Amino acid sequence: MSNKRLTFKKRLHILKHRYRGKKMAPAFNAFHTFLFSPDETTHTGAHIRAADDLKRTMNTVIMALIPVLLFSFFNTGYQHYSAINGFPENFSVMEHFLTWDNFWLGFVLVMPLVIVSYGVGLLIEFIFAVIKGHEVEEGYLVTGMLVPLIVPVDTPLWMLAVAVVFGVIIGKEVFGGTGMNILNPALTIRAFLFFAYPTWMSGDKVWVHGAVERAGTADAISGETILGYLAQNNTSEFSYSVSDMFFGFIPGSVGETSAFLILLGGLFLIFSKIASWRIMVSAVAGSLVMGLIFNGIVDLGWIGERSTFYGLMSFDFWKHLLVGGLAFGIVYMATDPVTGSQTNKGKWIYGFLIGFISVMIRVFNPAYPEGVFLAILLMNVFAPTIDHYVIKGNIRRRMKRMKQATIFPKSTDGKAEELKVETI
Amino acid sequence: MALLSKKDTNLILDPLADNNPITIQVLGICSALAITAELQASVVMAISVLFVLGVGNVVISLLRNIIPTKIRIIVQLIVVATLVIIVDQVLKAFAYELSKTLSVFVGLIITNCIIMGRFEAFALGNGPWKAFLDGIGNALGYGIILIVVGFFRELLGSGTLFGIKVFGDPVAKSGLYATGYENNGFMIIPPAALIVVGIIIWVQRSKNRALIEEN
Repeated sequence: MSNKRLTFKKRLHILKHRYRGKKMAPAFNAFHTFLFSPDETTHTGAHIRAADDLKRTMNTVIMALIPVLLFSFFNTGYQHYSAINGFPENFSVMEHFLTWDNFWLGFVLVMPLVIVSYGVGLLIEFIFAVIKGHEVEEGYLVTGMLVPLIVPVDTPLWMLAVAVVFGVIIGKEVFGGTGMNILNPALTIRAFLFFAYPTWMSGDKVWVHGAVERAGTADAISGETILGYLAQNNTSEFSYSVSDMFFGFIPGSVGETSAFLILLGGLFLIFSKIASWRIMVSAVAGSLVMGLIFNGIVDLGWIGERSTFYGLMSFDFWKHLLVGGLAFGIVYMATDPVTGSQTNKGKWIYGFLIGFISVMIRVFNPAYPEGVFLAILLMNVFAPTIDHYVIKGNIRRRMKRMKQATIFPKSTDGKAEELKVETI
Repeated sequence: MALLSKKDTNLILDPLADNNPITIQVLGICSALAITAELQASVVMAISVLFVLGVGNVVISLLRNIIPTKIRIIVQLIVVATLVIIVDQVLKAFAYELSKTLSVFVGLIITNCIIMGRFEAFALGNGPWKAFLDGIGNALGYGIILIVVGFFRELLGSGTLFGIKVFGDPVAKSGLYATGYENNGFMIIPPAALIVVGIIIWVQRSKNRALIEEN
C-alpha cells in the first residue's frame, strides 16, 4: 500500500508509534485519540468496554453548545444593527433576525474569541502534558467552548488570552489537572476578567458590538442588559417582551441570551445522561423560591418604591430564569461533574443553593447585576463539604439501623443478649 | 578572618530561602496580603519589621534569664508594642502620607506571627548576637517576599513602580496604553497577593524538591 492510500487514522497511528516514549508523545496521542478511538486494548486489571469515554462526554456537551453558538452569531449582528438603525417595527424572525448580514457580523466577531480561547487553552494543556509527561487531558474541550459564550462580544482578544492563561494554570493545572480542580475553569476565567478589567465586563456599554467606541458621540447607543437596566433605574418596567427574553433577542454575553436554546441543550444533556437533572431542577427551584420571597416582600409592602432594591425585587420571579446568565449557568456550568456535588442528595442541596444565591446577589448587589458566576464558584468551593456531610449522614443512618437490628433481632432465639454485647 | 562564622551566616541566609517565614513557615500572611498593593508600602513595611524584629530579638535575648516563664508572652508583647510605637511615631513625623497608607497595619506589626514566633523559638534560648542575626535574617526573608509581591502587584495593577508611571499614562492613553493595554484591576485586590505568594511557593518548591512534604 502506498503512503498516499493510507487513511488519516493510519497515518496518525504511525506517527504515534514513531514518537512513543519521546517527550512529544502526549501531543501526538492527543490528536490521535481526539478524532478516533485508539487501537490499543487494556492489558491488565478489570476493565469495562464502553464507548462513552471522557472525550465522548465532552463532545456531547459541545454538541449541546453548537445551537447556542450559532444563535449568538445572529444575535450579535441583530443587536448591533438594531442599535444603529433602530429596532424593527414588525419584528419577524426570518426577515430581521436570520439574515446573512447578522450572521456574518456575528461570525467575524465571535469566531476570534473561540479561536483564541481554544488556541491559548490547548497550548497550555499541551505544554503541561509534555512537562509532566502525561497524556493531554480532555478537560479544555468544553471550557474552551464555554469561555467565548460567557464574555461580552467586544472583549479584547489579549484580555481573553490572559484570562485563559490564568484560568487554566491557577484554576486547574496547579490542582493537578483535569478532574482535580476545585473551581470550574470557565468561570474562573470569567471571574478573572470581571475583577481585572471591570470596565470591559460590566456596565451598559459592552454588551452590543460598537457601543464602546460610540459612547459619548451623537450616535451613542444604549446596549445595557435587562438586569443592568433594572438595577440602574430601579424599576420593573422595560421594553422587551417575554418572548424576546425567552428566545433571546436581547443584549447580553455572547451565548447566554436564548433561554429556549439553552433549554433544548439542557434536555439533550439530560436525555444523553451527561449532565445531572437533579442539579438543573433544584437550581431552577432555588431561583424560583428566592424570586418568590422577594416578590412576597414587595407584595406585603415591607419595602417601598423608593428602596434601592424595589426594581429588582418586584421583577416577576420566573423572569429571572429568562434574563442574564442564570439559565446558561445552571445548564452548562453548575452541572460540571468535576466541581459539582457527587452524591444525589448533595446535588439537590448544591443546585438549590446555586439558584437561591444567584438571585440573591442579583437583587442585593447592584454592582454585580449578574451574580450567577459568583454563586456557582461559591458552591463549587462548598461542594466537597456538602458531599462529606451527606456521606456521613448516610453512614450514621445505617449504623443506627444496624444497631437496632442487632439489639432487637427479629428472630429471638435467645441469642439477643449475646449479639448486643458484641456490637456495643 | 571572616566577619561571621559559618553558623552565623546561616542564621541570616536560611530564612531568605529554604526556611523563609512566608513561603515555608507560612507566617505573616495577613500583612503580606494587606499592604503589598504598592511597592513603597511593601518596602516601608519590610524596613519596619526589620527594625522591630532585630531590636526586639536582642532585647528579649538579654532579658531571657529574668523573664518568669508564666508571663513571658506579656513581656514579649510589651517589648514589641514599644518598638512598634516608635516606628509608628517616626513614620507619622517624617512620612505622614505613607503612614496614612499603611494605616492600621503598622500597629498590627504587634500581631505579626513572625515576630512572636522568633521571640519564642529563638531569642528566648540564644545569646543577643545570635538573636540579632536571626531577627535580621527572618525580617529580610519576610521583606524580600513582600517586595517581590509588591513589585508585581503595583506593576501589573497600577502600571507604576514607587508611584512612577512605568507603562505610560492610562488616562491620556500614552506609552503602552496606546496599544490597548489596560491595568489589571485584579492585582489591586488582596486575593491577588495570595495567588502571587502561591506562585512564589510553587516556583521555590519546583527548584528545591526537598521542600515538598511527603504524604
